Amino acid sequence: MEALVHVLMVFLILANLRLLGGTRLNVCIVTVAAQGAVLGLLPLLLHPLSLTRHALTIALAAVVLKGGLFPWLLKRALRQAGVQREVAPYVGFTPSMFFGVLALGLGAALARKLPLPAPDASPLLVPVALATMLTGLFLIVARRQALMQVVGYLALENGIFAFGAVVMKEAPLLVEMGILLDIFVAVFVMGIMVFHISREFDHTDTERLSELKDWTP
Amino acid sequence: MILLLLALALLLGGALFPLLLVRNPKAATAAGVALAVAGSLAGLASAVQGLLGGIEQKFLLPWTLPLGAVRLGLDPLSAFFLVPLFLLGGVCALYGRGYLGLRPRDGTSWSFYNLLLVSMAVVFTARDAVLFVMAWELMAVTSFALVIHERERDSVRHAGWLYLAASHLGLAALLAVFFGLSHAAGGTLDLAAFRDVVPASGALGGLLFLLAVLGFGAKAGFLTLHGWLPEAHPAAPSHVSALMSGVLIKTGLYGLLRVLTFFSAWPAWWGGVLLALGLAGCLFGILQALTQQDLKRSLAFSSVENIGIIALGLGLGMLGAAWQLPAVAALGFAGALLHVLNHALCKGLLFLGAGAVLHGAGTLRLDRLGGLLKTMPQTGALFLFAAAAICALPPLNGFASEFLIYLGAFTGACHAEGWAGATGLIVIGGLALTGGLTLAAFARLTGLAFLGERRAEHPPHEASMAMRLPMLLLALGCALAGLGAPWLIPWLFPRLLAGTFPALKTLDAAPLAGAALGLRWVVILAAAFALLVLVLALLRRARVRAGGVAAAGTWDCGYVAPTARMQYTASSFSGPLAQLFQPFLRARAEGKLPAGLFPAPVQQSTKLRDVATDYVAVPLFRAIAWLAQQVRWLQHGRVQLYVLYIAVTLLALLLWKL
Repeated sequence: MEALVHVLMVFLILANLRLLGGTRLNVCIVTVAAQGAVLGLLPLLLHPLSLTRHALTIALAAVVLKGGLFPWLLKRALRQAGVQREVAPYVGFTPSMFFGVLALGLGAALARKLPLPAPDASPLLVPVALATMLTGLFLIVARRQALMQVVGYLALENGIFAFGAVVMKEAPLLVEMGILLDIFVAVFVMGIMVFHISREFDHTDTERLSELKDWTP
Repeated sequence: MILLLLALALLLGGALFPLLLVRNPKAATAAGVALAVAGSLAGLASAVQGLLGGIEQKFLLPWTLPLGAVRLGLDPLSAFFLVPLFLLGGVCALYGRGYLGLRPRDGTSWSFYNLLLVSMAVVFTARDAVLFVMAWELMAVTSFALVIHERERDSVRHAGWLYLAASHLGLAALLAVFFGLSHAAGGTLDLAAFRDVVPASGALGGLLFLLAVLGFGAKAGFLTLHGWLPEAHPAAPSHVSALMSGVLIKTGLYGLLRVLTFFSAWPAWWGGVLLALGLAGCLFGILQALTQQDLKRSLAFSSVENIGIIALGLGLGMLGAAWQLPAVAALGFAGALLHVLNHALCKGLLFLGAGAVLHGAGTLRLDRLGGLLKTMPQTGALFLFAAAAICALPPLNGFASEFLIYLGAFTGACHAEGWAGATGLIVIGGLALTGGLTLAAFARLTGLAFLGERRAEHPPHEASMAMRLPMLLLALGCALAGLGAPWLIPWLFPRLLAGTFPALKTLDAAPLAGAALGLRWVVILAAAFALLVLVLALLRRARVRAGGVAAAGTWDCGYVAPTARMQYTASSFSGPLAQLFQPFLRARAEGKLPAGLFPAPVQQSTKLRDVATDYVAVPLFRAIAWLAQQVRWLQHGRVQLYVLYIAVTLLALLLWKL
């Protein structure tokens, strides 16, 4: 089981790097969906002996939502908006990959200091979770396309999910389901928003959306 | 305490039912008014009980929120402020029923009215800092909703906005005061635990006092913080203006007094600050009242003046306490507190009278009024009565409180040397000047509105019985408060002051008894004189009636065809005095005077400025706005950078705490 968890961690790191280096929005959506779906299996792998019905429910819901529904919603928005790639990000793709490595280091440094119960499955778990969160935040900050920001939001959520798996042995069903429902609504709304933005302004470049602020000098 | 809780419950019911009955304005109004009156009666009984009881009654109800609790207390100070609240609350509700009539919006209006009464009652009785602040905010919001009753008008919305901004600014200072005291008291929010946690002589104590003056002064209308008063009072419906001027602005004074109870000695400069603010407030307030063109605006400035008189009394009392002059302290505080009650009564009556004028004549502009006494004799008589009371003519109530302050100042001037003596003289001079100007201002208001010939096109009509009866009740209150003052003062104030303020613990009751004795003779003689005048007037009326009267225009001086334009106008009446005080009023004339042998038609107009607002408050806010513009670049509209702010802050906090 431990080996499987390690493999999973490596997959998460690779997915992060792929997100940071990805130009094509399509690919990024698929990557973050795969990351989410794999993460959904994490609780099952961490506590394989206490497989209750509700752990299974959560895993199933996470896999279905993150692996199936979200990418479908986002791809639909992508089709409607008619954008294909992130052309000129604020931070280039190669520096972004470097940041990914840096985030992993920062995560490891933080994890050593954080007063957390040591995860019995993998010492990589906390650093990777933190690195995934940082990656998500970085994507929101460094990309122009509105859809890439949704992807960043999902990556951030994946990181939080992984972190939650460490801290709580068995999170209450209600809380987990509530969180999943929240993300579902958020992604749903964001998909619609992206469509409307593109219809209204003929683009989804957030750089050019700053005219909407409440006050201009 | 049971009575107070009953009153609160009734008033809360009065806030709820009109909302439920909003489809049926008639039922909503009936429920709102009936419950307001019933709640006020119960509240009045509880206030009297609190004044009689002497010891503080307490009520504690924990709540589930993380901070604070429903901790109420009824000591003589709270009970004293509850008296005008419930008096005016009930009377104004009765009046408002006649004033508003049955317009569809009234359901919500009555709901807000009752909620305002509840919040003010809680402000006066709260013994928990969080509860106090919550009630304070509720009071600001509900009164805001009442001020913008006629929100279709631009000026009303502007006034409401100004009022809300002033309230919130005041609250910012108050939060600092309460949390500073709470921190010093070890985190408790119980007001009783704030006593003596901060030494008054230190810098922190001084800072807390100044913040309290700022925060509570914004509500009370201390000079330079009074800008919202002349805007909000005219904008509000008259029964709300009466309640605001009579009680709401007094919550600021109550708060200040409550803060003063937290210190067992007051440095002399605290009293000096209040005295200076009060003196400036009463002089500037009455000068502005003297020159306004709008009846309610003028009354609002008169409120600034009266708040100034109260602050003057408080400042004098605090100086007396600091300088070991117990007689000055007792007289100053007693005068200030009594003036709170007196001003509530007569200013409430004046605002209700202004409402009747608006109802009957359709305008409040002094230049469009005139001759109202002929068609509105009862309203006119009541307004005149209230004007006499607020001008402090004995035996009416305004006289008693100013008499105490004068006596305190004379005691200081006669029995002390140096600063204390000089202060007494300054107070006497300032009060005397204010009193004279008040007389001029109210002679102008009543004269222009009620005497002379009618200027408006439409003949005014007398107010309905539903409006006159509440006014009559208030007039009775004025008379009773004036006639009863000599007996009230020695009975109430020694106990109230010594029991509430640790700094006045060694209060001397003898000067108050002496003052009451003197006052008794003044009141009796003045009452006899008034009675004599009344009898003579009645006799004359009977004689004149018997002889037959010829009707003629007022002040026509034998001229055959006078017009209403030949009377004194609002500006011409105040002109000479305004010229005398030109340095303070900064009146600016615009336009040209006629010149040459064949002068062409020219126009001239004068603009008056509110010096305290224009030269202090406006530049201050302009500076704040400028500062705010300087950090506006942070608000650039780029989502990415906003997220970056958040991320960097969180990361920095995480790294810092590890």
